[in-house]
Amino acid sequence: MVGYFKQSFLVSLWFVFLTFPLMVVKVNTLKNVVEWRWMNMVYVAVGAFVLSFVWRWALERRQRKTKEAEFSDDVLAKPTVGQRLLEDPKVFKPVLIVIALATLGFPWLVDIYQVNIMVLALIFVVLGLGLNISVGLAGLLDLGYVAFFAVGAYTYGIMNSFWGFGFWISLPVGGLMGCLFGVVLGFPILRLRGDYLAIVTLGFGSIAKIVIENWEELFNGAKGIAGIPRPGLFGLEMNIEAATTYTYYLMILMVLFTIFVTNRLKDSRIGRAWMALREDEIACVAMGVDMARTKLSAYALGAFWAGLVGVIFAARNTYINPNSFTFMESALVLSIVVLGGMGSIVGVIIAALVLILMPEYLRAFSEYRMLMFGAVMVLMMIFRPEGLISNVRKKYGGRKSPTEAAHG
Amino acid sequence: MVDTMNKLLEVKGLTMDFGGLRAVDNVSLDVYAGEIVALIGPNGAGKTTFFNCVTGIYKPTHGDVMVHPPGKKSQRINGFKPNRVTTFGMARTFQNIRLFKNMTVLENIMIGRHCRTSTSILGAILRGAGSRRQEQETVDRSYQLLEKVGLVDEADEFAKNLPYGAQRRLEIARAMATDPFLLLLDEPAAGMNPQETKDLDELIVRIRDDENISILLIEHDMKLVMNISERIYVMEYGKEIAQGNPQEIRSNPKVIEAYLGEEADA
Ligand SMILES: Nc1ncnc2c1ncn2[C@@H]1O[C@H](COP(=O)(O)OP(=O)(O)OP(=O)(O)O)[C@@H](O)[C@H]1O
Ligand SMILES: [Mg+2]
Repeated sequence: MVGYFKQSFLVSLWFVFLTFPLMVVKVNTLKNVVEWRWMNMVYVAVGAFVLSFVWRWALERRQRKTKEAEFSDDVLAKPTVGQRLLEDPKVFKPVLIVIALATLGFPWLVDIYQVNIMVLALIFVVLGLGLNISVGLAGLLDLGYVAFFAVGAYTYGIMNSFWGFGFWISLPVGGLMGCLFGVVLGFPILRLRGDYLAIVTLGFGSIAKIVIENWEELFNGAKGIAGIPRPGLFGLEMNIEAATTYTYYLMILMVLFTIFVTNRLKDSRIGRAWMALREDEIACVAMGVDMARTKLSAYALGAFWAGLVGVIFAARNTYINPNSFTFMESALVLSIVVLGGMGSIVGVIIAALVLILMPEYLRAFSEYRMLMFGAVMVLMMIFRPEGLISNVRKKYGGRKSPTEAAHG
Repeated sequence: MVDTMNKLLEVKGLTMDFGGLRAVDNVSLDVYAGEIVALIGPNGAGKTTFFNCVTGIYKPTHGDVMVHPPGKKSQRINGFKPNRVTTFGMARTFQNIRLFKNMTVLENIMIGRHCRTSTSILGAILRGAGSRRQEQETVDRSYQLLEKVGLVDEADEFAKNLPYGAQRRLEIARAMATDPFLLLLDEPAAGMNPQETKDLDELIVRIRDDENISILLIEHDMKLVMNISERIYVMEYGKEIAQGNPQEIRSNPKVIEAYLGEEADA
């Protein structure tokens, strides 16, 4: 403790020294005098001291925790308190019911503007869950994921403006196009790993945007495609509010569908192969897993969801242009996956809602948005690198051990 | 017990160059059905490189790797991808343990079943009767293997949390899950204490006798090697310098100089 005080004191002294010219000394050019703002020095000193103290305390707490984990006899993967609570059916059921009711009633409780934002958040939930397949499960870092999102959106835009196809036909086509592009772009990156993979996928993302911007005939360039119809319901005429509410429910179904599929894949032969690939590629192929096929399937399936919600995104906005598909969007989706916890479905959902909704409701801080974003990511990496929800593996209670069976 | 008529693995004149370095130089080696064969040699002799060539991790510069799977037709497998070699029926472990650390012990073994099961993406999503049955079979078979290596109680732990000796046994079980006819073990006793080594000794013999899996192992523990192997090959500087049964190897002057002598000095 005393050590903390001493070190924090030194840190605050150092900060005072560093910021002295900036914070304390001010030359008033009108009166030609130097103003000494001593109070600022006190603020800096106290602020730096407190921050440094909290920082050290948090770091040590974290270290103590990992040490405890190392030395404890119980080496089983221990879920956090929250996770244990959620596994208890007494808590789990009511929570689920409340969430379900809130989800269903949401459009009737708030105004249309907020429903529209929620639709966007749900779109990012699906994007997060999709990217989670390639990044979280299969360990294939993808910095150009937004390219597949654009493929879906432009599939609908083009199919509609050229041939007049509706939403419901474009939806599966958009997903399949995403899938197709996933396979095509997946081939050249089969051999790449880590940093190289990151750079190449980053390139893909940028290339997609540049192609869209410059291919006037097909994509209408930077002007984008306007007048895209909202999702239809048996040709029913709907005003904007009804259409938005309808899109909202559609997105809820979409999210449920995505959760269902990814959840099933996660604990299956396919999902296990993806995870094994993430853990150790050489061991994975040496155990008889076909690397090319497994990687491509993860990449293509991730791209499928992006293509699918790309169509919905186009329908929600009724207008698309290349600016909706920048590196920022890729980074956002990746942050959702990292923040949520690699491979965790609940974590990704929470992270998507937080990261999309927070900036919308904290407009006051919008200038500092990226700053806060970066700070949150850095803090997460230091204090909770496993994400909000750590990876809990399924227990296959196939058989009891002979000793347990004898006791029971 | 050893079926001298039935050759499983036949390596002829295997050579592997890394740039200017010839890590394996014209090595020939056979494994017959029901045999435990050891490959020994000083550090850097090229034993692991030999394994990597046989299992498809490296493509050998020269030479032939022929496999004669029981009941199937023979095949030259040079340049096959590792997963094809494994599907063929030869599974391996690694000198520096390569488990899937953030997966459970049971899941590690279930990965071994991957190449013997067929559930597709669609099958996994729909989870029909067929895929459910296959999944249950995978779980059951994996538990059986865990029982054989004595890790049932640790089934739901993350692999990274196992003690060292248990990790080695898990790697063996994972390789066995691929239903091999030949198991290639790269220094399975490395880092084990004498008691663990003795248990491993029994485990390897049991695998051969009960499961009918032949074994080719690299090992530095001479006691283990002399105890369990029918035949021994000795490598030094990439070359094969001797082969024979344990008695012959023990009294071979070349081997004593190259390998056993080195240990006597230490
Ligand atoms: N991928 C590689 N590239 C270049 N050189 C290699 C490679 N792999 C192995 N070598 C070299 O080949 C030689 C044989 O190495 P290998 O790992 O096969 O020896 P080993 O007999 O398994 O030794 P140990 O008993 O220490 O495991 C060594 O000189 C090593 O440096
Ligand atoms: Mg070696």
